Amino acid sequence: MSTATLTPPAVDTADEAPVNRRKRGWGFHAVMAPLTLIWVAPMVFVFVLAFRSFDDIAARGTAAWPTSFSFDGFSEAMGRGAMGRALWTSIQVTVPAVLLSLLLASWAAYALSRFNIPGRRLILLTMLAGNLLPPQILLIPVSRVMESLGIYDTLVALVIIHVGFGLGFYTFVLHGFMRSIPAELTEAARIDGAGPVQIYARIIMPLCRPSLAALGALATTWIFNDLIWAITVLRTEAKLPVTAALLNLQGGYVSNWNVVAAASVIAAVPTAIVFFAFQRHFVSGLLMGSTK
Amino acid sequence: MTTVALEKPRRKRKVPPVVWAFLAVPALVELGMVFWPALNSFYLSFTEWNGLGAAQPVGLENFRNLASDETFRGAFQNNVIWAVGFGGLSVLGGLALALALNRPRRGVGLYRSAIYLPMVFSLAVTGLFWRVQYQPDGTINTFLGAIGLESLEKQWLADPDTALYAVLVAAVWRQVGYVMVLYLAGLKSTDPLLDDASAVDGASAWQRFRFVTWPQLRGVNTVVFAVTVIDSLRTFDIVWAMTQGGPYHSSELLSTYMFQQGFTFLNLGYASAIAVVIFALALIFIITYLVRATKEEAA
Repeated sequence: MSTATLTPPAVDTADEAPVNRRKRGWGFHAVMAPLTLIWVAPMVFVFVLAFRSFDDIAARGTAAWPTSFSFDGFSEAMGRGAMGRALWTSIQVTVPAVLLSLLLASWAAYALSRFNIPGRRLILLTMLAGNLLPPQILLIPVSRVMESLGIYDTLVALVIIHVGFGLGFYTFVLHGFMRSIPAELTEAARIDGAGPVQIYARIIMPLCRPSLAALGALATTWIFNDLIWAITVLRTEAKLPVTAALLNLQGGYVSNWNVVAAASVIAAVPTAIVFFAFQRHFVSGLLMGSTK
Repeated sequence: MTTVALEKPRRKRKVPPVVWAFLAVPALVELGMVFWPALNSFYLSFTEWNGLGAAQPVGLENFRNLASDETFRGAFQNNVIWAVGFGGLSVLGGLALALALNRPRRGVGLYRSAIYLPMVFSLAVTGLFWRVQYQPDGTINTFLGAIGLESLEKQWLADPDTALYAVLVAAVWRQVGYVMVLYLAGLKSTDPLLDDASAVDGASAWQRFRFVTWPQLRGVNTVVFAVTVIDSLRTFDIVWAMTQGGPYHSSELLSTYMFQQGFTFLNLGYASAIAVVIFALALIFIITYLVRATKEEAA
């Protein structure tokens, strides 16, 4: 696992006496190990519940020690519960929304960071401010705008609002990174006859790969996890992404806890995969724009 | 613009048209999807509208009605409780964990990962995870029964006295990891020599934290503070997933009340007025965050 990258080099404990360190270590683990177990317990519990059979849960309660093992919850959730379809919807929304957000944000960041555009600081901060607005102030007008564009209740509308709302933040972060690329690099390319588009495509974007990866991991979880925009611009139940479908399913399977648990696991797995695959990027993405 | 004056003269070239296009496309998308709608909400908040026909201007009536709306006042109070509870608990928890997990030693990576793992789940998933725990024969009641506290067992989400706090616990569970990550980064940038020096001078662990580490975390504190308040005013998903503001509006927040008024009852003018109140409350913290961002840009 890539957790090691989160840990600063082990220099500051080296000067302590080993005995002292071991003693302190016991106390540390005695507190942290149970705490961590309590922390992950709700996840483990739901995971176990998802693999129990309905009869087992109905007879002995959700909190009982499992005596059954079945995939009924999953097959029900994927089939009649429509989680399979919803998962596909979420992917159809998330992939284009993330790519488009990063593309447009990188354009704006490139223009604002490498060219002498008048008022560029003001433009940048205004764009960032847009991302900080409470979504509530946008909900009603956005659904009206989508209606007048004739795309209300389509996935296109959901992609567009995700792109529009996230742009400010992504631009701000990418701007910070692009500004740190030395001017000499692009200057040399310019003298060799490269135009602004070539410099963007051949020099700036390849150098931005780490921050694009971090932002991409972050944006993927944000967009995939969204609920409020989905229920604002979509009406048809069959078009809902995972989060919204999960809530609908919960209403339909009130006491089928294995189905509800299986559906939540299905909804949780994609972001968990992104997290474990890009843990390093994910954490550095979280830190972007908040602290430096 | 002070920065322009500082620029090296050779970058004062004319901006090529294609670069203007690079800026214009994203700016227009954001203008159309964020700023134009936001302005519309301000206009709508002074009207009465059910979505059909034209909106009728009614002046300040919506805001006057809000002032005497019991549910709105309840939601406002709940939002204050939420901001304090959600902010306070996740900051205390996140900071404590960051301090505990700051120094590298065996197992730290594992603990950190476990604590920020919930952050990757959506609030809807988090809500369902906890609904399962809270239900009458769920883990929480079973645990209370097992340690002989049957009297404390209750229907956590169906009881108006506990619903808000039950949702709060779930939200904090997810947020603590995020705050911890922010503080871990802040602690990384503090000067370890200062800490060591004060330890040599005989300062206790608490004194070292209070007088050496804490002052160095000022920048992170500002960000964490602004982010948690903005987040708590935005909070919607998790309440919607767990209680939808019920029972009897006992876990209603401004955002859920706004959504109900707007999308369930189609009181679009009234809902917009609630949205404007949320915006006004968030404004000061948005500015705090932006000032901080400006400093970073200038640095």
